[in-house]
Amino acid sequence: MDRHPITTGYYTMVRKEFIRIVRIWAQTLLPPIITTALYFAIFGTFIGSQVAKIHGVSYIEFIVPGLVMMAIITSSYTNTVSTFYFAKWQHTIDELFASPMPDWVVIAGFVTGGVMRGVLVGILVIGVSLFFTHLLIYNMFVLIAAAVLTSVLFSCAGLVNAIFAKTFDAINIVTTFVLTPLTYLGGVFYSINQLPPIFRTLSLANPILYMVNAFRYGFLGISDVSLGLSFGVIIGLIIILLVASILLFKRGTKLKN
Amino acid sequence: MAPDPTVPALEIVNLKKKYAGTKKNPGTDALKGVSLTVPQGEFFAFLGPNGAGKTSLISIVAGLAVKSSGEVRVHGISIDEHADHAKAFIGLVPQEMNFNIFEKVINIVLDQAGYYGISRAEAMPQAEKVLKDLSLWEKRNEAAQALSGGMKRRLLIARALVHKPRVLLLDEPTAGVDVELRRGMWDFLRELNESGTTIILTTHYLEEAEQLCRRVAIINQGEIIKEGTVKELLTSLSSVTLLVDTKEPVLLSNMELLRGYPITKIDETTLEVKLEHNQPANDIFRKLSSIGINIMNVRNSGSRLEEVFVSLVEKK
Ligand SMILES: Nc1ncnc2c1ncn2[C@@H]1O[C@H](COP(=O)(O)OP(=O)(O)OP(=O)(O)O)[C@@H](O)[C@H]1O
Ligand SMILES: [Mg+2]
Repeated sequence: MDRHPITTGYYTMVRKEFIRIVRIWAQTLLPPIITTALYFAIFGTFIGSQVAKIHGVSYIEFIVPGLVMMAIITSSYTNTVSTFYFAKWQHTIDELFASPMPDWVVIAGFVTGGVMRGVLVGILVIGVSLFFTHLLIYNMFVLIAAAVLTSVLFSCAGLVNAIFAKTFDAINIVTTFVLTPLTYLGGVFYSINQLPPIFRTLSLANPILYMVNAFRYGFLGISDVSLGLSFGVIIGLIIILLVASILLFKRGTKLKN
Repeated sequence: MAPDPTVPALEIVNLKKKYAGTKKNPGTDALKGVSLTVPQGEFFAFLGPNGAGKTSLISIVAGLAVKSSGEVRVHGISIDEHADHAKAFIGLVPQEMNFNIFEKVINIVLDQAGYYGISRAEAMPQAEKVLKDLSLWEKRNEAAQALSGGMKRRLLIARALVHKPRVLLLDEPTAGVDVELRRGMWDFLRELNESGTTIILTTHYLEEAEQLCRRVAIINQGEIIKEGTVKELLTSLSSVTLLVDTKEPVLLSNMELLRGYPITKIDETTLEVKLEHNQPANDIFRKLSSIGINIMNVRNSGSRLEEVFVSLVEKK
């Protein structure tokens, strides 16, 4: 019998994760829809109507791309950090480590799970935003590339965090103290050009700024930073995190003991 | 590639494993240089007390733990050079449950096949066979958490067999399993071995090793202290202990007459006789009848392998 641990193994992981995400949709897909709808309603419609235009577009049109990106980031990150941590904690990860799947396939399987959830949530949230505003699409390719790459990036980040996490709390610490502040300060709600110079410069150190701006460019054709730099930052970070995951898997200090 | 039957199923050379310590704890040398060769088709047991290093050894071979040094080859393939290829030969039954308890039984088995590169459709006939063999087919659509402890153990075995491994590693497969079920598992494993699967198990049940296995390695504190066929180990015993049941209670005056003989009284009607290696038992039994003790029954005191084991471990 021909065996294909790379393709069939990968497909098995992805299929299983897709079924899980859809089966427990009330936990995986619904929460970001509710949260984002509230943001659209409050910041976009109620407050946004009293806020001046930014870069010549209405406030709600300006924040929709950022809010969608925020939902994608959180969903991708949460998915890998929780599935991997759970697998480690229940030792089901051993099923994968004992199998002939190479490490990079196992990593790809987990990351794809996060991307599936991130992209599904992104599509659903964009759908919801249509109840609050109309959307233009300036550059479909940039839009999709920014969404998918950001999703890959935060799936990898979730994986690396889960490898190090010793407790469930360690997962929440990163979300609360790093991910949430960076997201809120990442130019979702304002253009960094409106900030005093010092805060503008500080904002440039926040990687999420580049993702939000690249994604917004896909919709509106406007960005606070150059598109090339944005994709450079995203792809650079993906490479760093992927290499880190592969090394951590290979060394196995936190995993294979 | 035609399989070469002369290549050992498992070759271990000077395998060491040190678990890193913390500030307070200096770390553990779980394996201190283990070397071993298991030919294909063998039925092999690692026997050792708690903490001997059995799980560490199995985990390294299966790819769940990283070794500190040494070499491991499965069917001639080094786990350092071609881990993925080496792992494809192995089926692993771990000591602790490690499936997702919320998953359905059938999915646990079919997903495992997938990880070994076999599609669901292709794996289905073998999944059905192993689940039926292990009396789990009726439970296939239940979540694993709904299984009893013994069923969960059998599920671990079914899962390990779905990709038809050439080498089956079992880490204490019958721990916490009742006598009847244990015997059922033994029969199952014997058949599997007869059909060509190399079986390597760990156990602290000496009876299990004695009943099932051809070769045994006794492992203690990270070292193999004795290795050989069950028969070799048994003949290496320097003495054999027999228990003699007597018809009437043995009196103190009888014991006086037996002074000088290697006999001790265990209770009213039981005597323990320690025979040196190759010493005929006739003299002793003749003596017993000459002083009027009627023998009802003579039995072995428990597992003989246990005596080898105890004598070896105590020597340390
Ligand atoms: N993850 C770990 N970290 C640190 N030390 C460990 C770890 N796993 C095992 N050890 C130590 O290594 C030694 C060997 O353990 P191992 O689990 O291999 O023994 P075992 O023979 O399987 O025992 P048992 O019969 O109880 O299952 C023990 O001293 C144990 O404390
Ligand atoms: Mg053990």
